[in-house]
Amino acid sequence: MRRIYLDNNATTRVDPRVLDAMLPYFCEQYGNAASRSHAFGWEAEEAVSRGREQVARLIGAGEKEIIFTSGATESNNIAIKGVAAMYGDRGKHIITQVTEHKAVIDPCKWLEQRGFRVTFLPVDRNGLVDVEQLKDAMTDDTILVSIMYANNEIGTIQPIGEIGRACKERGVVFHTDAVQAFGKVPIDVNELGIDLLSCSAHKIHGPKGIGALYVRRKNPRVRCEPVIHGGGHERGMRSGTLNVPGIVGLGRAAELCGEHRDTEPASLAKLRDRLKDGIFAQLDEVYLNGHETQRSASNLNLSFAYVEGESLMMGFKDIAVSSGSACTSASLEPSYVLKALGVGDELAHSSIRFSVSRFNTEEEIDYVIERVVETVRRLRELSPLYEMAREGVDLKSVQWSAH
Amino acid sequence: MAYGDKVIDHFEHPRNVGSLDKNDEHVGTGIVGAPECGDVMKLQIQVDENERIVDAKFKTFGCGSAIASSSLATEWVKGKTLDEALEIQNTEIVKELALPPVKIHCSVLAEDAIRAAITDVKRKLHKSDGVPGAATEAVK
Repeated sequence: MRRIYLDNNATTRVDPRVLDAMLPYFCEQYGNAASRSHAFGWEAEEAVSRGREQVARLIGAGEKEIIFTSGATESNNIAIKGVAAMYGDRGKHIITQVTEHKAVIDPCKWLEQRGFRVTFLPVDRNGLVDVEQLKDAMTDDTILVSIMYANNEIGTIQPIGEIGRACKERGVVFHTDAVQAFGKVPIDVNELGIDLLSCSAHKIHGPKGIGALYVRRKNPRVRCEPVIHGGGHERGMRSGTLNVPGIVGLGRAAELCGEHRDTEPASLAKLRDRLKDGIFAQLDEVYLNGHETQRSASNLNLSFAYVEGESLMMGFKDIAVSSGSACTSASLEPSYVLKALGVGDELAHSSIRFSVSRFNTEEEIDYVIERVVETVRRLRELSPLYEMAREGVDLKSVQWSAH
Repeated sequence: MAYGDKVIDHFEHPRNVGSLDKNDEHVGTGIVGAPECGDVMKLQIQVDENERIVDAKFKTFGCGSAIASSSLATEWVKGKTLDEALEIQNTEIVKELALPPVKIHCSVLAEDAIRAAITDVKRKLHKSDGVPGAATEAVK
């Protein structure tokens, strides 16, 4: 059976060029980058240093400001818990927002149980935080602001530069989880006033299990207490033998994004818009979740009124996508991100996230449009809600039986 | 989530999709669930003068298991008397469709839908005169 992968905000296919770069570091140049006494170690150290440069270049940072981690979850943990531990004697207040990834929310909640106060800013209907509200929330006790760059579910891009400036004015450390933006959006940490930035390889056609944290070294010098101790690698912020093949892969993946920075975001946006326009042209009552224009080029999140997300995915099971429906989550709760937008729960249940990559083609997109349209039509014919709506029943006025 | 073959079969070839005239006095309609919970089932039954179910239709908003559970429910109620249909248990639906634990609520909803449709048709039948088997105490 033909399969189409449109879940690239979850993870991506490794680019063969990335894999080629990594392969020598498994069986030939397998040294430990910390071994200073022989050529195996020197080769590994050289590879790591090149990876550091490649990642740094993509975000306008210096190579010494890049710390390698196991992925963005770890990067977020080091940034948030590490800043809290390092600057906790200066203040106990952290500001973040409600649609962050759990890898930011959970460390913040963990700190909340340990004497820190956390403000979770709300977002508007498009998923944007209000910078004025952020400024108002800052106090002399605030030590950290953590706001994601682009949202993983709805693609909304936050006003990072404005937030960076607001943080600079107050001398507050600014962290951004840039997993969905790194390699897809031009980022300059100095222009944007970012002090800490988390990124990951597997979202940009690199391997899983490797990520990085940018840690600003001057204006101001930012420091994080380590979460993992043992050997003092990575400027003491992240101990553990470096994942050399992973670092090579992350570096090469970042380099490829850099090489294609002038063309790739535009071609991703073109695929995304082709999908959106094709679906909107043929179906009514489809709603876009997230910001219309301020959004990641790869992400399209739609709610198809009157049909449930999991049944939609089952209807086009040859197409890999994801849904904010409760039925796809372990908790049986619909997406907290969509709920935060004020999209009704019923539209959260009806949502599908399509995310494109450099490996998708227009021909695939056209096939997806066809399959999505036919599945939505078929399931609407099966839907009592669609029938009621067509009869003119206001679904909000119905007294539903809770269960 | 990986689905069992029977769920896929009912999802891809749902039985008895559609609607009956809800104003017909021999038709009972059960609508259960809520859109904000992610599933709504409408199950309708049509009975003859002996209170035997001669036709059943459904429409469901929900996941594949919810659609399969209601599709199966319409198959099972057909040909049964109302009292026999009342004996259908959600656990039988779970077993037949091999539903995993997280999908048990779909079978509960299907059982609720059957009961709601039966209650509705009984209310109608026992309100009108001359229907065999009418029992006034059922009127609420």
